[in-house]
Amino acid sequence: MVQPEQVRQAIVNALPDASVDVEDLTGGGDHLQVKVVSAAFSGHSRVQQHQMVYRALKQELASEAIHALALQTNTPA
Amino acid sequence: MDAQLKQRIEGLIASSPIFVFMKGSKLMPQCGFSNNVVQIMHALGVPFETFDVLSDMEIRQGIKDFSDWPTIPQVYLNGEFLGGSDILIEMYNSGELREKLAIALAS
Repeated sequence: MVQPEQVRQAIVNALPDASVDVEDLTGGGDHLQVKVVSAAFSGHSRVQQHQMVYRALKQELASEAIHALALQTNTPA
Repeated sequence: MDAQLKQRIEGLIASSPIFVFMKGSKLMPQCGFSNNVVQIMHALGVPFETFDVLSDMEIRQGIKDFSDWPTIPQVYLNGEFLGGSDILIEMYNSGELREKLAIALAS
């Protein structure tokens, strides 16, 4: 399991302008819903946007510290 | 990536216009996210083929490297990576998926 703050920090390290909202869906720290808003997504496809976030969380995903990650990405309105 | 593994994955993807790498089978999905994709395809009434990554560790890891995508399910349309569960749900809800599949399957 990971702390929501740890996930938020890892994403912000990769995408400094990002506004990140992490919700722990089960309280167990391994089923997370993450919403990321960043100008860095501009001009990228949805697949590419998700890849950018996945790359930031590579370690947590590879170790299966995060079992399930529901992800939503957007550019600032 | 091992050339033979890459070839196997490419062969699977090419075997059907819509191809889904998932956990479990169409009839018995073994994961809620994989089930989401199966339900979407059923709702749209489109033909699709699946591969159960739980049955093959080589493909299970290989498809993650191949697509540069760390999670399962993964959906391919005419050889192009479309996304995972979240993207499919988003595209389904917006109507974009119905349109995209209709065009792809007509051609």
